[in-house]
Amino acid sequence: MSTLSLSAKPQRPWQPTFKSLIPDILGALFTAFATLAIVGISPLKGKLGFVIVLILMAVITTSVISWIRKDRKAALNSTSTVLVYVAAAFVIVPLASILWEIFTKGATGVSLNIFSNDMSATASDSPLTEGGLLHAIVGTVYLVLIASVVSTPIGILTALYIVEVKGKFAGIVRFFVQAMSGIPSIVAGLFIYAVWMIGLGNSYNAGAGAAALAILMIPTVARTSEEVLKLIPNDLREAGLAMGATQWRTVAMIIIPAAKSGLVTAVILGIARVAGETAPLLLTIGGADGLNLNPFSGNNSALPYYVWKNLGLGSEIAVQRAWLGVFVLIVVVFIFFTLARVLGAAKGSRK
Amino acid sequence: MSQDNENLSTPNNPTNKSEANREESMSQTKPGVTSPAKDRTQSVSQNSLSDVAKDRPRSKGVSHQFGSGLEARNVHAWFGKKHVLEDISMSFDTGTVTALIGPSGCGKSTFIRTLNRMHEFIPTAALAGEVFLDQKDIYANGVDVTKIRLKIGMVFQKPNPFPSMTIKENVLSGIRLAQLKVDNQDELLESCLRRAGLWDEVKDRLNEYGGALSGGQQQRLCIARSLAVNPQVLLMDEPCSALDPGSTLRIEETIRELSESISIVIVTHNMQQAARVSDYTGFFLSDGGPGRLIELGTTTEIFSNPKEKRTEDYVTGRFG
Repeated sequence: MSTLSLSAKPQRPWQPTFKSLIPDILGALFTAFATLAIVGISPLKGKLGFVIVLILMAVITTSVISWIRKDRKAALNSTSTVLVYVAAAFVIVPLASILWEIFTKGATGVSLNIFSNDMSATASDSPLTEGGLLHAIVGTVYLVLIASVVSTPIGILTALYIVEVKGKFAGIVRFFVQAMSGIPSIVAGLFIYAVWMIGLGNSYNAGAGAAALAILMIPTVARTSEEVLKLIPNDLREAGLAMGATQWRTVAMIIIPAAKSGLVTAVILGIARVAGETAPLLLTIGGADGLNLNPFSGNNSALPYYVWKNLGLGSEIAVQRAWLGVFVLIVVVFIFFTLARVLGAAKGSRK
Repeated sequence: MSQDNENLSTPNNPTNKSEANREESMSQTKPGVTSPAKDRTQSVSQNSLSDVAKDRPRSKGVSHQFGSGLEARNVHAWFGKKHVLEDISMSFDTGTVTALIGPSGCGKSTFIRTLNRMHEFIPTAALAGEVFLDQKDIYANGVDVTKIRLKIGMVFQKPNPFPSMTIKENVLSGIRLAQLKVDNQDELLESCLRRAGLWDEVKDRLNEYGGALSGGQQQRLCIARSLAVNPQVLLMDEPCSALDPGSTLRIEETIRELSESISIVIVTHNMQQAARVSDYTGFFLSDGGPGRLIELGTTTEIFSNPKEKRTEDYVTGRFG
């Protein structure tokens, strides 16, 4: 026994060896050559034709190889595997190409200037070395921060009402939350415009924009939180209550900590929903070229607004500024995501 | 039915009987515990279980005032329109272990959930009858449910340590959940884990998460957790159903040690277990209708000399 355990080495017999991979490699080569040949001979031309033929050939080759080496079931398995990879590629390729496009077109204009200057003394057509995005970055940070601070508690408490309290109106509340998540973003902007500005006579400011964004963010946070809370096993609730805790203590000490990472995801999805919104901002923040540090007074700007404005100007440099704005927006959103994850994982997280 | 009531209407009666019975069976107790191998060779006959019941080490049975502990009187329960429990009366005295046996779906779990007011969490649930703790009806108006549940702890079928808490936090969670004041938390932590038979296994890893323990250890962690608030009664709903024999044995030892100071009600499908750990056994059965308490007596009685034919059929393995 001891000699056996001494001579035993950890191995992975389930991993494919080079020899067993030979048919797959040959199949891949065959697929590539066959595709090139078919595209060369047949009337199918161009990138699209190539992709279609490649997918078809890949499915056929892998299925035939599996069928020959094993049986029909293995062939079906291979077919579905290839189709799943193809589906994944359809998601990843556009996403990667969008990111690549933004990076190549937007990152070229990045310099320290853009974080320290605004556009108050610069025309959009001036070279990129002049002026900057500071006013738009500050505006977006204000908007996202205020909208998150408002909608995170409201969204999570709504979800708690539906899942934990199960109050009389839980069904109606859920219905309205679902209806709210279908609101077109410009309607949210119009609502704030009609009530806050025309009705109450206030002027443009970042706070109004944040309120419009919060209207869009609350249903996203509430619905995602609801799904997350539903996943918490009932055992935990009963265990807490059986320990002599009130319902509030059970929720605060057991349910929310257990659901924490999911709730953070809910907030992140909410931020993702609103950070790039332009339409409601057009009606609420007024737009500005200069830095405005007061979110509750005076016109403000935001990155999506800046992109929209420069794209509309249409000159070559203005369009470059728009790309720069998109790039910075993505970076800002990414920073928000990271921040939410770090804050969410600060204490007591599992795994 | 009338027979049951006769048995149960006077809460002190079974206690007296049991004292007598204990004396009697004490004298019969053979030295050396029945080995599992011996049980197997005897097959499932009436004798093996009654032997187990007789050989079971006694809990010392703290002498107690009459009527102390928990008592259910004429408890009925419904889910929606379905009548699931009919007229159950039982009393559980301090220092004793009571096992509830019976086939699935006969209402045992429902019954113990009525004892600490967990029954009311099922939206369609309804109830009739009274449950007394220290002569006070726990279903009376104005009773603070959370205080009741502090005094009547519960261990569930599936181990359910709180996932966001460490082992230490899990044990002390009851203190924080119920906002109690405790002077020496470390002492309490150690004593609870010792009483649950888990201390030696986890003393070096108190700051790991509860989910990192094995199933049997998690269940003992849950027992330690419910002990931390110092309950008078511990309800256990098939606590060993998901555990291996070693962990089961450990938990049974724990039950025996605990029964010296508190009263324990345990639901189990394992009749060997009922025979090993309990002082009293109640047999539940539902004949298509609501579940009833068919027979209640000392464990020795139920497994060796049951009054009811149906009990005998069940404990000897003729059905169920």
